[in-house]
Amino acid sequence: MIKNISNLGDTAVYCNFGIEVNESINANVIDYFNHLSKLIKEKEVEGITNLTPSYNKLIISFDLTITDYKKIKNLIEGLIIRRDIKNDNQKIKIPVCCDDEYALDITRLIKKLNINKDQILELYFNKEYFCYMTGFIAGMPFLGDLNENIRCERLETPRVKMPKGSVGITEQFANIYTFESPGGWNIIGNTPKKIFDHKNLDQPSLVNPGDKVSFYQITKEEYLNWNE
Amino acid sequence: MNKAYFEILRAGVNTTIQDKGRNHLYHVGIAVSGAIDQRNYMISNRLVENQLNEAVIEFAYQGPLLKLKNGKINFAISGDILFKIIRKDLEAEDGECYKSYILDEEDQIDILSTKNSAYGYLAVNGGFHLEKTWGSYSTNTKANIGPNDGKKYSINDKIFIKKNDIKNPINKKINYNYSPDNIIRIIKGTNFDYFSKDAINKFFKEDFLITNLVDRMGIRLEGPKLENIVNTNIKSEGLVKGVIQVPADGNPIIMLSDHGTVGGYPKISVVIAADLDLVGQLTPGTKINFKEVSLEEAQNIFKAYTEDTNKYLNECN
Repeated sequence: MIKNISNLGDTAVYCNFGIEVNESINANVIDYFNHLSKLIKEKEVEGITNLTPSYNKLIISFDLTITDYKKIKNLIEGLIIRRDIKNDNQKIKIPVCCDDEYALDITRLIKKLNINKDQILELYFNKEYFCYMTGFIAGMPFLGDLNENIRCERLETPRVKMPKGSVGITEQFANIYTFESPGGWNIIGNTPKKIFDHKNLDQPSLVNPGDKVSFYQITKEEYLNWNE
Repeated sequence: MNKAYFEILRAGVNTTIQDKGRNHLYHVGIAVSGAIDQRNYMISNRLVENQLNEAVIEFAYQGPLLKLKNGKINFAISGDILFKIIRKDLEAEDGECYKSYILDEEDQIDILSTKNSAYGYLAVNGGFHLEKTWGSYSTNTKANIGPNDGKKYSINDKIFIKKNDIKNPINKKINYNYSPDNIIRIIKGTNFDYFSKDAINKFFKEDFLITNLVDRMGIRLEGPKLENIVNTNIKSEGLVKGVIQVPADGNPIIMLSDHGTVGGYPKISVVIAADLDLVGQLTPGTKINFKEVSLEEAQNIFKAYTEDTNKYLNECN
């Protein structure tokens, strides 16, 4: 499961699950994340301040006045992880408007991928995606994997301000800019749906690691009249 | 009875409410935030007899001009700060840091600037009238979470204060020895071996300049280009405060309190916990050097740093 454990500075433990990106490795990361979250919630472990799961790593931050690297490392090595601990993954459908004014990088993609807009959108909408992780900015989901024919590297020069709701693709991944932010992904549309709600304290992110996400196209009129 | 509040006559460069920070949300993409300089944050609270985790006003470079309305308060400022207290008869006195003061209705605090540092803290006895979000008063302007709708303060905003009268005037003062140091101690990062021998040599031997690109998210450095011989990108993974990432252009970036929770640049090293307050206070134009320590050394240095912090906190009693 964990390939090796090392320290990230003096206040975090770095768990390496491998270098590949796939659902099975990511599921291992999420199993550890869920297990540790439960231990923290039930106050069975002291001093952990944050857990950061990603494609194939788990970083455990701790308070050095309470615990240290050795103690957390021993804890991790002693865990027996069972997959049935939590399985409330959801299927989520997200509306996207791909009118040219929202599809900021469609011209670039047409040029780079050498296929037309309809083909790009068909391949994009015709797939269910797996959420590997959330982060960078609040609630931003990292989804995969895209059809091989629409994979494209990120922008040479990232945008200083990516509009909120922008739906982007890069390499084998798709994401959603939950806030206005700098960013370098290729934008193919925009969603009116609220992906992050800080007033929902228990479940602020609409999409969480392990969830399945599919997108569907809406018209500009539907976009402008979106109400939730 | 009316609530006491500060009326903001000048907002300053980056004035927000901060505290110890907000934990257990990295996995949704929310950084810890909180005061950049945790030691000075705690001292400011202790100088006005608050709990150590009470909310305070953090300001950067040029601070705010605040007028007290409807009350009388005890306050203190920590950091390396130039400020004046303008009494309602318009008589101005120079303020001293690490000292508690009484402020009367219509008096003003004019925080002119930080000196050899970036951040300062203003605490009032009893704290501010605010609500916590996820257990913290910290303002996260990136995700718009926390007081003032998660935004930095603007002119004419009001900051409400819990107490509007003084029962016991507080009279505290400590001698704080503010000694900026240009040697930053680090532990090797998880991608240390992505860099050439020459790059590693330069990393430890040459100066790095703090550029103008500094904020609560991070510090961009400029120095010798650090050559990456493996890959200039990694698959995005978690970050913590103090991580030093090196993007393809070879210039390191140090992560601070509002950093993105994941990142895809190789991590050359991580600043040790004991030096994070110091790093956060570095100002543009400063030159720094990196020095490697072992994990064990870092833990011992942190222990000594914590004891030193506690010594200051106890002096406030």
